[in-house]
Amino acid sequence: MTRLTLTRAWAATILFAAFAILPMIAQALGDSYLIVIATRILAYAIAALALDLILGYGGMVSFGHAAYLGIGAYAVAILGRAGITDLGAHMLAAIAVAAVFALITGAISLRTRGIYFIMITLAFAQMGYFFFVSLSAYGGDDGVTLNARSTVFGQPLLENNTALYYTALALLIGLYLLAVAITRSRFGRVLTGARENPLRMQAIGFSPFRYQLTAYVISGCMASIAGVMLANQASYVSPSYMDWHRSGELVVMVVFGGIGNLLGAVAGATIALLLEEWLALLTKHWPILFGLILVLVVLYSRDGLSGFFRRNRS
Amino acid sequence: MSLLDVRGLRKAYGALNVTDDLNLSVEKGELHAIIGPNGAGKSTLIAQLSGQAGSDAGSVRFDGAEMMGQPMHARVRAGMSRSFQITSILPGFTVLENVAAAVQARRGSSFRFFAPVAGERALNDTAMEALARVGIAERAAMRAGSLSHGEKRQLELAIALATAPKLLLLDEPLAGTSGQEAERLVEVMRSLKGEVTLVLIEHDMDAVFSLADRISVLVYGRIIATGRPDEVRTDPKVRAAYLGEETAEEGA
Repeated sequence: MTRLTLTRAWAATILFAAFAILPMIAQALGDSYLIVIATRILAYAIAALALDLILGYGGMVSFGHAAYLGIGAYAVAILGRAGITDLGAHMLAAIAVAAVFALITGAISLRTRGIYFIMITLAFAQMGYFFFVSLSAYGGDDGVTLNARSTVFGQPLLENNTALYYTALALLIGLYLLAVAITRSRFGRVLTGARENPLRMQAIGFSPFRYQLTAYVISGCMASIAGVMLANQASYVSPSYMDWHRSGELVVMVVFGGIGNLLGAVAGATIALLLEEWLALLTKHWPILFGLILVLVVLYSRDGLSGFFRRNRS
Repeated sequence: MSLLDVRGLRKAYGALNVTDDLNLSVEKGELHAIIGPNGAGKSTLIAQLSGQAGSDAGSVRFDGAEMMGQPMHARVRAGMSRSFQITSILPGFTVLENVAAAVQARRGSSFRFFAPVAGERALNDTAMEALARVGIAERAAMRAGSLSHGEKRQLELAIALATAPKLLLLDEPLAGTSGQEAERLVEVMRSLKGEVTLVLIEHDMDAVFSLADRISVLVYGRIIATGRPDEVRTDPKVRAAYLGEETAEEGA
């Protein structure tokens, strides 16, 4: 157990250090597009991390987590138009709305289990999707281009792609450490126990529902921060952020990286998006290749890519 | 007043009355065994008392409070714990974590998100005491899922003990154990007498008659006799019920 934790700490350090020096590499290569992709990767890594917290540790397979990307993204667009441009305000608004949405939809979804939970979370996300599609003041289906990115202390610091990149990286690292702490806390033990054997947890005096709902809300809030980052990265917001394809991609990232170890979600998001970029260069039928790779990974390692890594180490 | 007072408890699956107007009183400090032929409704009774299964009618008063309508976790917090006939543990957790989780449930809030729980000495120490009591302390660091069947039964009991119950409902704690393991569990139960009030469901009649202060005999969802072991042993209704079963088995 201790050795595994240590290995994971090293793996996390290496991965985040690689992200930290990436802008310098991009500069050396003269490839400014790399930073743009990498920022997108970091944002998705935050969302995948959030999903892994409830999927991997809580056993809750949410097929509607894209809803929180949309909530975060629209927080930037709507507040921005209202003249509130501060990043902190955008994130707070995103977190508040995500919390309310997660509390209501989670309380209902958690009455169900298994495939029904998957379907009901999907249905709620679709409701969010169609809500924004019909929001014509913000472009409806077409979405809306942001006038400017979020500001920090009133300064347009994030207009610089590298500054935005490092902001996303800092948020990812902070949320990763938070998620690791949660999984090792008293709360995390109850959450994991409720996934392993809910009857046993009730028989020692816990009501799993309260803990699962809390985790669901935390996860939704984290994912909404990813939405804030995505909107800033693209300077554009549309309902497609909440598309059910997107929810599926998040699940794929988590499974790809290996469920239930947090760092796997970060690695899964990274590799899934990089593959998407590279395979798209090879052929326009890249989703077939991607699907093939996913099948192979899942077939040969139940723990996703982190499973391969662990096997090679031992 | 009795610690546990069950009045007019009923449960039916369709036309089958599994628990049929059942009355039962368990006094504080006693070990009260419930025996009965297969299908008498013993496990259903435990499920109803613990809150795992609903009841159609009746009253379950525990320690002066009505438990009817309360969910299982609330009853556990009130001091009424159970063990399972079919081992129910957290297989991916270590043995120690299984027990420490039960200690955690009654000590402080579990809405704590930052401090690592593995470092909570107070939880681990209390958990170790429970493990030592059932005799599997040396297994503390193992994954619970990798224990032998007998050790899992010991863990099951340790978890129930760690909830610090006033009343412990034991559903066939000896199921599937043999020899030394069974002896060990019987000794643990004997050591609990007087400390915790116990309701014991068990098929091992040697264990039941050597441990119980009182025995109730459950047949077709009703208690047909309650008394000291020697009274129950000689009760003609009880003999008929068991003899009847044996005759039926011979016929089958």
